[in-house]
Amino acid sequence: MYWRYLTRAARRCSVHTTSSRTVGWWDHVAPAAKDPINGVTEAFLADPSPFKINLGVGAYRDDKGRPVVLQCVREAEAKIAGSEFLTKMVEESVKLVYGKDSDVVKEGRSAGVQALSGTGACRLFAEFQRRFHPESHIYFPDPTWSNHHNIWRDAQIPERTYHYYDPDSKSLDFAALMDDIKNAPDSSFFLFHPSAHNPTGVDPTEEQWREISYQFKVKGHFPFFDMAYQGFASGDLDKDAQAIRIFLEDEHLIGCAQSYAKSMGLYGHRVGCLSILCVDSKQAAAIRSQIQQIARAMYGSPPVHGILLVETILSDPNLKSLWIDEVKIMADRIQRKRTTLRQNLEKLGSSLNWEHITNQLGMFCFSGLTPYQVDRLAKEFHIYMTQDGRISMAGVTTGNVNYLANAIHEVTRSEQETAKILCSISV
Amino acid sequence: MHEKLKGKVKLGSTTNSTAGFIKTKSFGRVSMVAAVNVSRFEGVTMAPPDPILGVSEAFKADTDEKKLNLGVGAYEPKSYSLMCLMLLRRLAENLMLERGENKEYLPIEGLAAFNKVTAELLFGADNSVLKEQRVATVQGLSGTGSLRLAAALIERYFPGAKVLISSPTWEFPWSEYRYYDPKTVGLDFEGMIADIKAPGGSFILLHGCAHNPTGIDPTPEQWEKIADVIQEKNHIPFFDVAYQGFASGSLDNDASSVRLFATRGMELLVAQIGAMNVVCSSSDLAARCCEVAVIQVKSQLKRLARPMYSNPPVHGARIVANVVGNPALFDEWKAEMEMMAGRIKNVRQKLFDSLSAKDKSGKDWSFILRQIGMFSFTGLNKAQSDNMTNKWHVYMTKDGRISLAGLSLAKCEYLADAIIDSYHNVS
Repeated sequence: MYWRYLTRAARRCSVHTTSSRTVGWWDHVAPAAKDPINGVTEAFLADPSPFKINLGVGAYRDDKGRPVVLQCVREAEAKIAGSEFLTKMVEESVKLVYGKDSDVVKEGRSAGVQALSGTGACRLFAEFQRRFHPESHIYFPDPTWSNHHNIWRDAQIPERTYHYYDPDSKSLDFAALMDDIKNAPDSSFFLFHPSAHNPTGVDPTEEQWREISYQFKVKGHFPFFDMAYQGFASGDLDKDAQAIRIFLEDEHLIGCAQSYAKSMGLYGHRVGCLSILCVDSKQAAAIRSQIQQIARAMYGSPPVHGILLVETILSDPNLKSLWIDEVKIMADRIQRKRTTLRQNLEKLGSSLNWEHITNQLGMFCFSGLTPYQVDRLAKEFHIYMTQDGRISMAGVTTGNVNYLANAIHEVTRSEQETAKILCSISV
Repeated sequence: MHEKLKGKVKLGSTTNSTAGFIKTKSFGRVSMVAAVNVSRFEGVTMAPPDPILGVSEAFKADTDEKKLNLGVGAYEPKSYSLMCLMLLRRLAENLMLERGENKEYLPIEGLAAFNKVTAELLFGADNSVLKEQRVATVQGLSGTGSLRLAAALIERYFPGAKVLISSPTWEFPWSEYRYYDPKTVGLDFEGMIADIKAPGGSFILLHGCAHNPTGIDPTPEQWEKIADVIQEKNHIPFFDVAYQGFASGSLDNDASSVRLFATRGMELLVAQIGAMNVVCSSSDLAARCCEVAVIQVKSQLKRLARPMYSNPPVHGARIVANVVGNPALFDEWKAEMEMMAGRIKNVRQKLFDSLSAKDKSGKDWSFILRQIGMFSFTGLNKAQSDNMTNKWHVYMTKDGRISLAGLSLAKCEYLADAIIDSYHNVS
């Protein structure tokens, strides 16, 4: 294929003078499509309006819309000044997600490695999956975090989807989900969000998780969990890991990506963990060595600062306790904002059903707004969110919630009119 | 596996299945039989130990007090200079804390301030490639991560293109060009030129300075000839610059090879520690196209980075931006680089003096003085390197490479004894 470039290069050579300048090697490189999430932030930053709101990227903010550095993190920063690099972060992470008293932890049956936050952990797993199950696919919930598609595609694993979100009820389409699990070929790889599903905020109930786990045993499927919001969904770290604990009870040997971006506010430090559960510690050592080899070829070794912070916080009882409190405060605040937004919309007399705002969990609300409505919000009201109508509740403050509610009410007027007409017809 | 899991599995009702492990579970409806505890990754074997990092592991396990770690290319841990570098880091970190810098996600392409200073360090702030905005710079995960981005870009846009690397080089499995001449323990320049003459339109991987693992660099005249051949064959030069400042002690001198190529108007890829740079060429006719090419190339690098790690780590980038952006800290850092490079030169001299004094065979050890940077290729073969480790507790890589950064003046005589013994008494 490069002969084509060479011919083109040769032609262009003739245009140049005797100067030794070379021809355009990169002419055939087309601009990449804008990332659907980062693109929103870029548009927001470019907007000069004083009223603008960023409801795009999921990064926590205080009530003045400012980024937050947790107190436990500040204290950890002071502690780690000049520290040697420790290796306890993986140990602590695994206890956090599986439970410190779980068998897998006690028996050393997890192959855990530090990863570049959730993205990095997913990518390591995808590469590992390709290496050892090259013919496999990955099943994603529909919808899922947009970058999941990129990650598994770049790891050359083809994707399939399973039913998840029901746009009519704005909740889980459980029957269709179970059908898809049963109809998938045996031993398929599935990705789950254990809590605070991104982008919908819709999670299975405990009972539903048990059914899913059971069906997985029947089909011999492999469950991979992307745990990006532990603690952030309900405010309770153990409760948010419940789905994983259920699978552990049923003795599945799962894979799990963890991220500290949201729960510890360490977004820019890129710190997370990938773990894969094994039959024994010997297998865990083998799998760990393979994942480390994949990581080495990608980036050598992980950035140390974030790892030190996580280690320090998780292994110091006082800091850990402070962290748990701070996570609960963040989760509660998000919950209150959900309530306020819904109440405001109802007070404005919106005839649409906004229950889903408070039913959904975690940082995101799948508003049900159409791409057209999302565009109007950006153009007319300087409110930015992803095209699928996902609102990052972290961007909502007491200062802007009225403005937001009014704007949503405005752009959904025609939908409300339609709803009223349909109601009057059916009566 | 059946034996190991006996304790864990509840053996339920019988079945003719050959799976071996059965567990019954009633879900309020019908009891079913399902397999448990079968790992999908049963066949995963232990990856071989990393040839470089594995050395450090073996060193750590050694209890002999005379042991020396000359394996990994990292500066001696308890050295004065490293302490000064850490102090510099602390100063930068304090600046960051004072400014209340937060931990938000960086953009995919990284910290703008970091990208700016790193490109300026490499090309020189007044270089036309920067003034004409012909460089696409993306923050990467140190050197490995930057190389990986480049490799991914090449794979995607130049499928089938050859990448030629020096023999030996730092663990890349592509086509090789001759580089090291074991007879002279120097550069096989004629061999190198012959090999990079074919085939046209390839990527040629070059070490900007302080070649790893040999420490052997082309002279300025040789660099000119290399550039001639590369231009004539329409290759694209791909620099790996890992030791700028560390080789000669001067940041500018160490960048002279890259700057030579840039001045000729050649298109380049340059991987630095922490950033990937792509220089697009221009002619009077094509300047416009070049600006566009830069934007497009950058967007594709971002597109490759997003599914690997989403965005790069913030901490190190901020430290660099703060150090380089603050004149007092920058000067201090430059002085540190000079001191570190100077120390290595002193160590080389001491080692050479010790070898010349102790070795009565008349062998010429002066190549140690001609080599540059952190590493020295001793010319020892694998058996001799093994002898260094097994008999003398000197840890080094099996290709005969020693890291001088790990050597103190006090240990030079001991090392000389070890080298002389291994060279003469082991084949």
